[in-house]
Amino acid sequence: MVLGAVGVGIGFMTSHKSFEEVEQLLAEESHHGGGHAEEASHDEASHGTHAAVDAHGDSHGESAHAEVDEHAKHIEHVQHQIANRPWSALYVAAFFFMMIALGVLAFYAIQIASQAGWSPVLFRVMEGITAYLLPGALIVLAIAVASGTIGHYNLFVWMDPEVVAHDKLIQGKSGWLNIRGFAFRGLIFIAGWSLYRHFSRKFSIAQDTAEDKSNFKKSFRISAAFLVFFIYTESMMSWDWIMSVDPHWFSTLFGWYVFASMFVSGITVIALISIYLKSKGVLEFVNENHLHDVAKFMFAFSIFWTYLWFSQFMLIWYSNIPEEVTYFVTRFQDYKLPFLGMVVMNFVFPILMLMNADYKRIPWFVVMAGLVILFGHYVDIFNMIMPATVGDRWFIGLPEISSVLLFAGLFIFVVFTALTKAPLLVKGYPFRKESEDFHY
Amino acid sequence: MEASKVIHAIYTDDDILMSAVKKVKAEKHHIEEIYTPFPVHGLDKAMGLEPTRIAITAFIYGLIGLTVAIVMMNFIMIEDWPQNIGGKPSFSYIENMPAFVPIMFELTVFFAAHLMVITFYLRSRMWPFKNAENPDPRTTDDHFLMEIAVHGNENELESLLKETGAVEVNLVDKAH
Repeated sequence: MVLGAVGVGIGFMTSHKSFEEVEQLLAEESHHGGGHAEEASHDEASHGTHAAVDAHGDSHGESAHAEVDEHAKHIEHVQHQIANRPWSALYVAAFFFMMIALGVLAFYAIQIASQAGWSPVLFRVMEGITAYLLPGALIVLAIAVASGTIGHYNLFVWMDPEVVAHDKLIQGKSGWLNIRGFAFRGLIFIAGWSLYRHFSRKFSIAQDTAEDKSNFKKSFRISAAFLVFFIYTESMMSWDWIMSVDPHWFSTLFGWYVFASMFVSGITVIALISIYLKSKGVLEFVNENHLHDVAKFMFAFSIFWTYLWFSQFMLIWYSNIPEEVTYFVTRFQDYKLPFLGMVVMNFVFPILMLMNADYKRIPWFVVMAGLVILFGHYVDIFNMIMPATVGDRWFIGLPEISSVLLFAGLFIFVVFTALTKAPLLVKGYPFRKESEDFHY
Repeated sequence: MEASKVIHAIYTDDDILMSAVKKVKAEKHHIEEIYTPFPVHGLDKAMGLEPTRIAITAFIYGLIGLTVAIVMMNFIMIEDWPQNIGGKPSFSYIENMPAFVPIMFELTVFFAAHLMVITFYLRSRMWPFKNAENPDPRTTDDHFLMEIAVHGNENELESLLKETGAVEVNLVDKAH
């Protein structure tokens, strides 16, 4: 236990360093945000000179050419896209790390509800990761709401009353898509998830010293209930937080698609953190058989993700209905590399790397595949959000990388702090012995 | 190996069988064969059998199936008669690829599964009308049988096998 505390303390210190590092980066980022505004005005100016004479004539009034109008609209459009970029970068990164915690929470609940015999030795790692859920989800919701209140409707166009006034389609959806309802629903989702997380953690720790199995039974029941709640709220969350960046577009399997993405990244993070803690010598009871099982989950859910990704893509591509297909047209034209690159990273790479049973037992191999999968799913979220907010003005540059570093630092800080709060092995859990002796 | 003698040691419990296998291996006797009514977990490891390579063959068969699907549809849909069917782009394979993916997937699975099963049958010599190679019918129900070749050391082997908990030890002439 002392060794565990020391090992986690080391992990905590290394994560703390990276946290400060990112804080510095955040400052840089806000500086960069300023740079962006400059760039935007500069861009506007250069476009402006092009149309200066016309615009001049326009301001003077009488003959407003349609051409000028269009040009001004274009500038406005581009300016808006550029202003959106730091917002979207922040949002993508915040959502990415939130969804890891949420995916792990769902995985954790499934392990308890299915009474899995192999995973209890990893429960404390999972509980540590899900500690990020509450702050992470609140940050995501805060960014989303702030973009509609403080910001200039930088993420969700339906938050802009002027846009809605001219848009019959969004008007028709305003019963669902309004800021108040959005915030309210978001808070309900987060409250439900966090309550489950809070109580399952409480029961799990109480079970360590309990005489009987009542805590285990309670956590079993709330896990089953949570899974029902989760699958509804996760779907709605994906409509609210992701799909509504394109309020003209909808897809029925979108919730599952987002779920697959969060689930596989969550499992990957469980693997990475377990391997890290094991290498520090605080998880002796985790052996290569556990690693093998987690890697199998990474492999299988990478394929599941691909299945949903392709099902969504192919159905829309095949029928080619204009109002649906624009979603993929913009992604294919402007985002060819990330759009196809993520399929390689999330499917081709893991399927070839993790197919061999022996490779799944080699830590560095799993770490390597895991990092590629994580990066691939970041790009996945990037592909969901960016085309709607910045369009063809995307780039993975300073705002994106520094937001990722910021939230990675925060994530690591929160997770490793939570890991120090409890012993890393569940004591009184009924399947602990089986899990410790687990071998495949 | 024409007419030679083998010893059949019969056990009634898989745990006893496992420890017997370990003991016989430790004494460096060659185990010809073991007959069990059901898979005994860890028996192959205890006997020192090599791991199977059937997964590797399945992977290769899958690749063959994928190739067959791609070549077939490229020829039929793109090269031989690139007709306009409902506005689908038949100009090149890659442009119309999403429509072919379900077939590519299914043929990959089909080839991998069926050829692997056939490989398994061939390698383990199983086919209809094949004569069963069963030294003792009880081994299909509740007995375990270990077969060890004898090279003039019957007595020594017999006492060793008795020691390991065999309920029956028979010396059998085996005609091949």
